Amino acid sequence: MHTDRRSLFKGLAAAATLTLIPTTDAEARAKRTVPDDAVGLLYDTTRCIGCKACVVACKEANEKPADVDGYGGGLYDAPEGLNEYTKNVIQLYRDDGANEVSYVKKQCMHCVDPACVGACMLGALQKGKFGIVSYDPSLCVGCRYCEAACPFNVPKFEWSKKAPKIVKCELCRTRLAEGKQPACSEVCPRGAVIYGRYDSLLADARARLAAEPGKYVPHIYGERELGGTQVLYLSHVPFEKLGFRFNDEQSVPHTQQTVQHGVYKGFIAPIALYGILGAVAFRNRRKQDE
Amino acid sequence: MNSDVRPVGGKLLTPGFMVLLALSAVGGLLILWRFFAGLGATTALSDGYPLGLWIALDVVTGTALACGGYALALVVYIFNRGKYHPLIRPAILTSALGYTMAGLSVAIDLGRPWLMWKIPLYFWSWNLNSALLEVALCIMTYVVVLWIELAPAFLARFKDSGPPLLQRFARRTIPILDRALIWIIALGMLLPTMHQSSLGTMMLLAGPRLHPLWNTPLLPLLFLLTCLAMGYAIVVFESVFSSAAFRREPETPMLAILQKVAVAVGIAFVSLRFVDLAVRGRLGLTTQLDFHGVIFWIETVLWLLPAVILLTSRRVNLGNLFLGAMCTALAGGLYRLDTFLVAFQPGTGWHYFPSIQEMFISIGLIAMELALYVAIVRKFPILGGRSLKETTA
Repeated sequence: MHTDRRSLFKGLAAAATLTLIPTTDAEARAKRTVPDDAVGLLYDTTRCIGCKACVVACKEANEKPADVDGYGGGLYDAPEGLNEYTKNVIQLYRDDGANEVSYVKKQCMHCVDPACVGACMLGALQKGKFGIVSYDPSLCVGCRYCEAACPFNVPKFEWSKKAPKIVKCELCRTRLAEGKQPACSEVCPRGAVIYGRYDSLLADARARLAAEPGKYVPHIYGERELGGTQVLYLSHVPFEKLGFRFNDEQSVPHTQQTVQHGVYKGFIAPIALYGILGAVAFRNRRKQDE
Repeated sequence: MNSDVRPVGGKLLTPGFMVLLALSAVGGLLILWRFFAGLGATTALSDGYPLGLWIALDVVTGTALACGGYALALVVYIFNRGKYHPLIRPAILTSALGYTMAGLSVAIDLGRPWLMWKIPLYFWSWNLNSALLEVALCIMTYVVVLWIELAPAFLARFKDSGPPLLQRFARRTIPILDRALIWIIALGMLLPTMHQSSLGTMMLLAGPRLHPLWNTPLLPLLFLLTCLAMGYAIVVFESVFSSAAFRREPETPMLAILQKVAVAVGIAFVSLRFVDLAVRGRLGLTTQLDFHGVIFWIETVLWLLPAVILLTSRRVNLGNLFLGAMCTALAGGLYRLDTFLVAFQPGTGWHYFPSIQEMFISIGLIAMELALYVAIVRKFPILGGRSLKETTA
């Protein structure tokens, strides 16, 4: 019985290392910064008149069909939100009690540290040139983990199709390659959404806040939220009323990757654990056979 | 050591078995329909709830219920308790079937399953930050490992009877397997440690949209603990079931100890969870008895109930073992289902309740699993111990 007890303790030690691994050795992950070549959008609720020209232009540029299912169905392309036909949408916020009305434009935020990119198994979603979060269907198996991960509910799935893809704004990267600007900003008659280099958009937003402080909520949404986004927002109503749920400054992948890298750094822990498990099991079986 | 491991024998096509076959057939037809009609037409999934019953139940909960082989292997090979060896083959069989069905569920759930082969082969495209990639690769490997671990049982059947070619193959392979098996078994203990914790890591990415009672950096550790508790519970559950269904002598004393281990792991899980909530100042949330608060307490009570059963029952019998194991399995299952579905809050306007097709595909897969278990146990040497008829005769 003596050897039995000793091997029990050895087993316990192995089990202890096995359970402790996930919580130790987790070193903080460096904060991601805006890429040098970053471009983006700046949207200003005070300038938007809700004409939805950007929605139409986006559909034309991306060859997406009209969504006639919205608002009880009908003849008009009236998407209620982002969906498999709609990469860009204008929504209305209205509170008669508070006498508040505002439009808000929704599309991919092009996060500095995107959760969808962290989720994607084969890198079908990538943060590529200009910091644009792009999608390559040839590497997508349709697992939809990106949808579960995105804090802005942006990636959509073609539920109606037999060979479905993920649908999301890629900031018209094919148009950018042709020297054009994104379709939405190009057609906006009021300059409510403008396209540009990230740095100049941020400077522009700050200048507008400084010039007319009473006009806006004194905040640029996207400058810091969830690690920062390359699409920036100015608003005259509180941002949470426009559907922006989170104002945490830490990016979504930060915690997950800190934990994951802690466990799997250099794949040392799994290999060591395999060695321990194998050696203990090998010795134990030899003893049992004797 | 396995000298008394034998096929159970007996009639295969019992009425119960026919019911399982019928449910499997319904599931099979619905699976074909899903591929013909697409995910939108057959499921209640949406852009708000992109992961549904097949992932949360069949994969996340199902693989944990298939951790009996893993949990028992730790006892036998690491803690050197050889006497539990008779329990290990049926446990590995349950694991192999459970993981295979989980793999099948994934293939049904994926929107673009014809590209699935790229996951293991496109290694230059691997996103090593993706917890799901780790889960996928690990589970794929583990399914293979489990069937290799089980191979001796199948080969033994063909060693003496069967087609000559198969006989020769069996005779040649068995000694090789015998020598290599311990290193494969070690792999079979490493892989679940990795992917079962990574299933928890996965939901860290849904972090901000996960209810604060479930969202914690300890998710991987909590998931690892639940799969161990559920693994031991399912061994007890399955042993009691087999002894009743196939009229075999139950291994009551051993099962009693395994159930104690399951209870201990469950208590560790609950303690860790409360300490974590306290440390991060979220303990107050447990007193809010809204929908999520109630669900949290149902989980907690189910975890602790087996301990109460253990302490209050005067002597161990199969009945209270079965009840305790069922509570542990339910507690762990509910916790995992909640983490992926109930605690997931994509925002206002989104709802999910599985469609009839989703439910019957899940039921069909479980029926297939049970039918295969019964058929394999009857035809191949999996179960040890004596049948009650032999002992009384």
